[in-house]
Amino acid sequence: MISRRDFLQASMAASALVGASGFGNWSRLAAQQALTQDQLLQFDTFGNISLIHVTDIHAQLKPIYFREPSINIGVGDVAGVVPHVTGADFRKLYGIDDGSASAYALSYDDFAALGQTYGKMGGLDRVATVINAIRADRPDAILLDGGDTWHGSYTCYHTQGQDMVNVMNALRPDAMTFHWEFTLGSERVNQLVQELPFDSLAQNIFDAEWDEPAELFKPYKWFERGGAKIAVIGQAFPYMPIANPGWMFPEYSFGIRDENMQAMVDEVRGQGADLVVVLSHNGFDVDREMAKRVTGIDVILSGHTHDALPEPVAVGQTIIVASGSNGKFVSRVDLDVRDGRLMGFRHKLIPIFSDVITPDAEVAALIDEQRAPYESALSEVIGHTDSLLYRRGNFNGTWDDLICQALLEEREADIAMSPGVRWGPSILPGQAITREDLWNVTSMTYPKAYRTEMTGEFIHTIMEDVADNIFNPNPYYQQGGDMVRMGGLGYRIDINKPQGSRISELTLLKTGEQLDPAKNYVVAGWASVNEGTEGPEIWDVVESHIRKKGTVVVEPNTTVKVVGA
Amino acid sequence: MQFTRRETIAMGFGAAAMAALPFRVSASADDNIAEFTGGAAMGDAGITLTAPEIAENGNTVPITVDAPGAASIMLLATGNPTPGVATFNFGPLAGSQAVTTRIRLAGTQDVVAIAKMADGSFVKASSTVKVTIGGCGG
Repeated sequence: MISRRDFLQASMAASALVGASGFGNWSRLAAQQALTQDQLLQFDTFGNISLIHVTDIHAQLKPIYFREPSINIGVGDVAGVVPHVTGADFRKLYGIDDGSASAYALSYDDFAALGQTYGKMGGLDRVATVINAIRADRPDAILLDGGDTWHGSYTCYHTQGQDMVNVMNALRPDAMTFHWEFTLGSERVNQLVQELPFDSLAQNIFDAEWDEPAELFKPYKWFERGGAKIAVIGQAFPYMPIANPGWMFPEYSFGIRDENMQAMVDEVRGQGADLVVVLSHNGFDVDREMAKRVTGIDVILSGHTHDALPEPVAVGQTIIVASGSNGKFVSRVDLDVRDGRLMGFRHKLIPIFSDVITPDAEVAALIDEQRAPYESALSEVIGHTDSLLYRRGNFNGTWDDLICQALLEEREADIAMSPGVRWGPSILPGQAITREDLWNVTSMTYPKAYRTEMTGEFIHTIMEDVADNIFNPNPYYQQGGDMVRMGGLGYRIDINKPQGSRISELTLLKTGEQLDPAKNYVVAGWASVNEGTEGPEIWDVVESHIRKKGTVVVEPNTTVKVVGA
Repeated sequence: MQFTRRETIAMGFGAAAMAALPFRVSASADDNIAEFTGGAAMGDAGITLTAPEIAENGNTVPITVDAPGAASIMLLATGNPTPGVATFNFGPLAGSQAVTTRIRLAGTQDVVAIAKMADGSFVKASSTVKVTIGGCGG
């Protein structure tokens, strides 16, 4: 385990930049149980430019609980380095006290107890208060949205993203990039993008037929701030048609396209850019790799993998800022740009403690307006839980264990599969489960719960394929999700093996027998990327299951043996 | 909850069975290279191969090769049953020595481009293209 001091040396020393992070401040204050809004927002304005970064909100208009992962394994060069550090190691790395507000916001231990103490986080009305406070310090601060904004809730699904567009517009972003937005279908995305009062940026969205940059998405946008010329380049999620259903947006092609990224950086530098910012939905490891391969980027605002880092990570002359998910955090990055270059920065990952930060009244009213037509459906209690329900983690979470159990029982299957997505807030033990809560972890535009037969060999093939999307040592071959969650099936995974030999000891839990490669098994799952998938919607399957149970209890999952971490 | 038979028949992760293992370089790929280069040593400067890291559709993968000053460029999908994709010849009046095409890949494998330069030397570039089942992204 590297110490905080070593980490700072490793990440900062090689850089000529002078950096400072405001993180330690709220950590200490929180330990004294003295959280106030002024302290959370305290920031000595620095330099001549301010960036505000929000990302991966997943349509969470209201405050939520969101437990950070206990298992987040890095492979190859990034084994054991952030963001692949969790729990006590993470707290040690950043000097966070056990039981503090920062421990609650950024790590996972004692989540249920700390959640009671510190309350829910996020809420776009609180985010609005923070943004307004930063704008009071620096009226021309640039607000950038990293995407995964128009997806992830009951109201977002039923309004096809309109609720999020309406509320985000009130926050007045300057630009945005994309991922799950495209699962609304290209027709809807095109319509919304054309109506936005700000720019939609992505250098890597191309026309699929002609392999030319798509007209609707500009590669970059210019800003003039504090006497400096700033270029913000967009980078959408590179693997949209692979990780999500490509048939929903067949006109578009994506990819990392770092040769085009380099060309765009060179182009804006050639036109006199003093500062180059990339608004990215690559995921942290891909951004770190891109910072090594592409020269001339000053700041990467990183999204997709939902990592919340209290300090930027420096790669050469580039700093990477990771701002968490679900509205839990807002990053403020103040920059000193002079003589055509970045001379220094000050950064703060601002935690949105919903009981501490006063909601902005105007945005709160706007949020309520979006929700009003659906309020009775949203608030309907469908059951209770005695267990902490959470999703994040490389292999399993209690939410997906519950979803898999629902699939096994409701669909009478041998094996269940639930996708390794990283969105979905948590529910504390003793809480009621409302329909809104259930939709927060299942809402999507391809929700059909299929039931089919697969051979043992094919199940193994799927698991090897997904595992390589997470644990391929080259980040450019990773898609940024977690492992597919298996219900009714135990297995062993050696993450350091190559594709095809990571997964072994596949065991059908109901009989204790090894999976037979030649035999057919009944598999129930959801979120297939194939067009024409049939079955009931996943939220109906899980709701039916929870109603039958009344109160759910999810035992700790010990069916996955992880080797090589 | 009641389900009709129609509802219960559904597609899973993929109806088409796909191989998860990277396809090995076939012997004929090595034969093709030997035939093209005559066994000459190959450099790696002066040729750029642009290919996606992960194919969006393995049936039509866009590939671009740029080799300024090349007399001809051979493109190989080393893991396909028939590795040879094409050999492009450039006449003396060619404005640039670059090609873009789309190729079909049977599975995860290395795509290789070899350019024969005007002076008779050879340069090579290679890129791994992953063909995956997909789903489950973040």
